[in-house]
Amino acid sequence: MAAAPKKTIKEGKERYKAGVIPYATMGYWEPNYVPKDTDIIALFRVTPQEGVDPEEAAAAVAGESSTATWTVVWTDRLTACELYRGKAYRVDPVPNQPNQYFAYIAYDLDLFEPGSIANLTASIIGNVFGFKAIKALRLEDMRIPVAYVKTFGGPPTGIVVERERLDKFGRPLLGATVKPKLGLSGKNYGRVVYEALKGGLDFTKDDENINSQPFMHWRDRYLYVMEGVNRASAATGEVKGSYLNVTAATMEDMYERAEFAKELGSVIIMIDLVIGFTAIQSMSKWARKNDMILHLHRAGYATYARQKNHGISFRVIAKWMRMAGVDHIHSGTVVGKLEGDPRMVKGFYDTLREPRLSASLENGLFFEQDWASLRKVMPVASGGIHAGQMHQLLHYLGEDVVLQFGGGTIGHPDGIQAGATANRVAVEAMIQARNEGRDFLKEGPEILAEAARWCAPLRAALETWGDITFTYASTDTPDFVPTPMLV
Amino acid sequence: MRITQGTFSFLPDLTDEQISKQVEYCLNQGWAVSVEFTDDPHPRNTYWEMWGAPMFDLKDPAAVMQEVTTCRKAYPNHYIKVNALDSTRGWETIRLSFIVHRPKHEPGFGLARQEAGGRNIRYTVHSYATDRPEGDRYSTDGGGPDVGR
Repeated sequence: MAAAPKKTIKEGKERYKAGVIPYATMGYWEPNYVPKDTDIIALFRVTPQEGVDPEEAAAAVAGESSTATWTVVWTDRLTACELYRGKAYRVDPVPNQPNQYFAYIAYDLDLFEPGSIANLTASIIGNVFGFKAIKALRLEDMRIPVAYVKTFGGPPTGIVVERERLDKFGRPLLGATVKPKLGLSGKNYGRVVYEALKGGLDFTKDDENINSQPFMHWRDRYLYVMEGVNRASAATGEVKGSYLNVTAATMEDMYERAEFAKELGSVIIMIDLVIGFTAIQSMSKWARKNDMILHLHRAGYATYARQKNHGISFRVIAKWMRMAGVDHIHSGTVVGKLEGDPRMVKGFYDTLREPRLSASLENGLFFEQDWASLRKVMPVASGGIHAGQMHQLLHYLGEDVVLQFGGGTIGHPDGIQAGATANRVAVEAMIQARNEGRDFLKEGPEILAEAARWCAPLRAALETWGDITFTYASTDTPDFVPTPMLV
Repeated sequence: MRITQGTFSFLPDLTDEQISKQVEYCLNQGWAVSVEFTDDPHPRNTYWEMWGAPMFDLKDPAAVMQEVTTCRKAYPNHYIKVNALDSTRGWETIRLSFIVHRPKHEPGFGLARQEAGGRNIRYTVHSYATDRPEGDRYSTDGGGPDVGR
């Protein structure tokens, strides 16, 4: 669809004459370029300003995210500048979105420091998003070559090892965020942990903004939480855990908190996305060294991931976090209270869990991606889900996921233990039915009703929340829908 | 108490027919099934005794059920579980694991606390069953750790 290729002046006196020439002309638009296996490819959704044609806009993005500045500089000629230029090589109109274009840009591997998300992102999203020639810009997807993937440590634990450590197989793990998320004293907080874990959950969780506040300092929280965890473990014979949030103002504080969590025998710690990519990689390194599962709460992500015309798609964040190395990441529920189109969520989950991805436009995946044995990240589904949705949760999210029922445990009419038991019975009954070959999605309500006949807590949960759904239109949706096959 | 390790411990004990259906599911996935037993169900007792090697190349759930039955006869007062092992690249681990037999009385665990500095506490989960020597746990002769609980 692209207009006739612009005339590119690559070398020589004419190219390096002082002054300003279009980015496309400077060599950042190369429609005939065939990306190398070792190139990093980024796909941007570009909305050019009026009067800027899409190829020039794409070239500008390629230029500003690699070697270019606004004017010609002769010092380019001291380098192998052709290699270092980002190359926009393809521009497609976005279906049904006038004046939006998908721009494919290839970057040579040598533009990036090995194993550094900070360096990768400093290039790819560093300057370009504020560039005047474009109205809006969104990083939709990236293809990370194996050569670069292999420079990252990846998840310190991963799904397989996490399950082996916890001795829990064949079903989704269950968790709950302690509520109210702010205001509980340490002693009251630990009570919720104990009740929920004894009742049948595998994990409880600090919320993203529970750090060390006047009502509960972090050491107090950790001590009471671990009392609850260990009591519940003795009461059930199971390994239990509680994500102790170590998020703090400085790395020194985070290391101190993580060390204390380790000293107390916690199997898992937690960080927030807002601590930044470098801090995440540092904590990943610490977790790997200390046999700790690392939970990441994606606090803040929707500020840039939700709107389709500007920002970064969550699938890119998911890729970066698998490389940076976290073991858990919140990735959507489909049926809960937070944003999540089913096909987009499938794309996120596949990105985190599969050893290799095929391109799948209907799920928002533009590229093949070989993860080269990088460990799998356990997605976490949290926010407005309850036992009555178990069949849908299993259908959409599969069994390698942490299902987190905060309100759906603590808000149970018969108490926290009953709430936890309802969730655990619901998940085990659904897995049993699935394995027996039943059409669990269709028969879900019936399967739950059967279990509720002998399980009073599940019965009460279904009576309380059975009909609660959150049916709002999604904002972040796929641009391509599968074309119905004619038969 | 009831130990809730394994995939289906919150459901009523599975019948042999239900166990057989789960085994069939595992075999259909191409997983090898194994039977293990123990008299020390501590949450971190990773290595239960193997009732023979995992049954590779098996197609018929009836053969697994036969092993479960024989194991129950030999160890009526032990915990017995069925595991499914997946050799697929990227998994190479257990994919399903559930208890198929329990002792009549489950004594459970105590929590020992060692007070340390800075209000720190070192926890040890203690399996009451291990108060008696191996082989002599869960006895039905009226003695042993179950008495009075």
